[in-house]
Amino acid sequence: MALPNKPIGELPATLDPEVVEKEVDILIVGGGMSACGAAYEIKKWAPEDTKILLVDKAALERSGAVAQGLSAINTYLGENSPEDYVRMIRNDLMGIVREDLIFDVGRHVDNSVHLFEEWGLPIWKTGDDGKSHDGSKGLPPLKDGGKCVRSGRWQIMINGESYKRIVAEAAKAAIGTDNIIERCFIVKLLLDANKPNTIAGAVGFSLRENKVYIIKTKTMMVGCGGAVNVFRPRATGEGMGRCWYPVWNAGSTYSLCAEVGAELTMMENRFVPARFKDGYGPVGAWFLLFKAKATNNLGENYMATNKEMLGDYPPYGLAKVPASCLRNHLMLKEMKEGRGPIYMDTATALQNLAKDMTPKEVKHLEAEAWEDFLDMSVGQAGLWAGMNVEPEKVGSELMPTEPYLLGSHSGCCGIWVGGPDEDWVPDSYKVRDEAGVAYKQMTTVNGLFTAADGVGASGHKFSSGSHAEGRIAAKQMVKYYLNHKDFTPTIKETSQELVDIVYGPVKTWHEFKDKSTHRDVNSNFIKPKGFLLRLIKISDEYGAGTSTYYMTSDKMLEAAQERFNMLHEDAKKMAAGDLHELLRAWENYHRLWTVEAHLRHIYFRKETRYPGFYYKSDFNFVDEENWKCFVNSKYDVEKGEWNTFKKDYVQLITDAAI
Amino acid sequence: MPSFVDPSKCDGCKGGEKTACMYICPNDLMVLNSDEMKAYNQEPDACWECYSCVKICPQGAIEVRAYSDIVPLGGLVAPLMSSDSIMWTIRFRNGNLKRFKFPIRTTPEGSINPQNEAKGSDLNDNCLYNEESVPTPDPAQMVK
Repeated sequence: MALPNKPIGELPATLDPEVVEKEVDILIVGGGMSACGAAYEIKKWAPEDTKILLVDKAALERSGAVAQGLSAINTYLGENSPEDYVRMIRNDLMGIVREDLIFDVGRHVDNSVHLFEEWGLPIWKTGDDGKSHDGSKGLPPLKDGGKCVRSGRWQIMINGESYKRIVAEAAKAAIGTDNIIERCFIVKLLLDANKPNTIAGAVGFSLRENKVYIIKTKTMMVGCGGAVNVFRPRATGEGMGRCWYPVWNAGSTYSLCAEVGAELTMMENRFVPARFKDGYGPVGAWFLLFKAKATNNLGENYMATNKEMLGDYPPYGLAKVPASCLRNHLMLKEMKEGRGPIYMDTATALQNLAKDMTPKEVKHLEAEAWEDFLDMSVGQAGLWAGMNVEPEKVGSELMPTEPYLLGSHSGCCGIWVGGPDEDWVPDSYKVRDEAGVAYKQMTTVNGLFTAADGVGASGHKFSSGSHAEGRIAAKQMVKYYLNHKDFTPTIKETSQELVDIVYGPVKTWHEFKDKSTHRDVNSNFIKPKGFLLRLIKISDEYGAGTSTYYMTSDKMLEAAQERFNMLHEDAKKMAAGDLHELLRAWENYHRLWTVEAHLRHIYFRKETRYPGFYYKSDFNFVDEENWKCFVNSKYDVEKGEWNTFKKDYVQLITDAAI
Repeated sequence: MPSFVDPSKCDGCKGGEKTACMYICPNDLMVLNSDEMKAYNQEPDACWECYSCVKICPQGAIEVRAYSDIVPLGGLVAPLMSSDSIMWTIRFRNGNLKRFKFPIRTTPEGSINPQNEAKGSDLNDNCLYNEESVPTPDPAQMVK
């Protein structure tokens, strides 16, 4: 007599979900900065009768990477030129970037920042007294000549606790809440039955009711963030949630698009931020605004003592600001040779700044330092509170994190998309539909657009650039829609076939739950949590995670692939007893596709392009002669095979020093 | 653990249209047990400590107990939201206290005008709706 085996959650998944079929003209998948940008812009271009729908797996008010808030907007050009913006990013990303896409973000991004301020986002200002003031003090807005407070050449400080709420309010007001479905998780995109390589819709499910959504559309944008928890994190208990990038970013952007055959680019790129240990709070303001130094356990500034190592990687190591991965490379030398812990000397920095300040100004400085965490990484403040760390008295430990995959922050993995249809953009950078019309930010699948973390080979967009890219994609989607107004999307699969796919893990649960008295231990299935733990163990141990100090080799990558192949087979045996578990099952499926693509690209590239982010022991050098090119890959939908290949990099902007 | 609910304060939002924490959590963690009419965090090790639930809870019933594998006990970080600012209280393990107040918004909630009456002019150029022109790269700075 078996014990009753019940799912753990509050919303059990049933075998007969309701099917909701919808047909729209333009679909926005995602709810973060790019999706909100798209929702805001699209009404300015779409004819009144255009049917627009946005689906978000969370609530728009607090979804995406900015849900918690931000303490800075990292991309505001202001007095800088888009050409210099290209040069900065090109160097930081070791030379291989899409300069057309970056230039395009650079020329639009300030417009989005000005909108944020108009909508109510408080932006710090420098007053006539030369001192910084928070954004509520009524100083002139940026667009009217107000002076921002720069924490770096490209970054401006904000009071950004409600940043996402403000941006979401504008998006909701623009398209109307009737055209937004929250708590709907899209798990697969659907190709058209008749027209080759053309998007026709998407399928997903509700996290609140037993409901499957089948949505037909003429065109769509996917903006679902980057990929987190695709490598075993340093904290594997409760702290597994305290990842640096948002824990709900499951690689959906990449897997959704890859699975329908969209070409990926630079998936070998990753980001390993050096952050405050465990809390993963931001360090940018500490380095740039407060002028703090990082030191090894001998008190040495390793960026100075290890400076000669930068010479191994010209020109990227020799720039005024060396590439991010190389800064990690210098820190890792200290850690590997036992000169850790690495500390950020916050105390000296704050004491130096306080020297010429009044007590009131010192208090303001202290508040600025704490706001940096409280606006965007409250967990770091919790860590300091629990550890009795007061930054004006003691330093705080730094540590490179587990790897993250993303395309909008300081990384550039993603999807190959079209550049602007202008004369200065090479034809090889343009993506055209079947009629030969070029569309910016369209993937190589007709009608499928992306933005932000989705757009590959063009990092450093951050929140503002992601919003701008969403807006750009919106306009392009309207253009595509009007050029394809007569297209009737037709889905190959029947509704029942789609339900069977989406609710597959539910079916597995119901079929086998009584074969064991334990909810999770059952020889017929694997639960999403167990699946995730296997996935991150493989990627960590074989794919250059933290446990090997980011080292891998072709042999290790072959071992990873062998295990991924079996994990793909077991993905078909994932079981979900409730709707929350069904969410996790599909997220982990997306993680598998994403991290597999990442390691396939690293395998293909016979060099170490990003020392400090990963190393290949068998090709531990940067090979400018043979590998200064994009690596792209495409999943062949018909054959079920991956093809990985080189694509030419074209330098557009000159080398002039910045 | 990381966010957790004080059962003496949580009323399951029974007077509201929706359970606030369940509505807002970006990671689908907060759920309502309708038998007890209490909410809880169903997957603490997937909590980002983003504080969205803490900030929105109308009863002030949600706190964060920092990650057990990272943080010693005894600290507390607690927000209090108003329409235009947020007040943070930080209590250290050793009992020291700090308080900070920051602005969050300069306009009333719900006041954003989406400018839907504004229309872009040329669908074939590369301007956003409120841009009259955009630059192309300076020819002197382009590789020949």
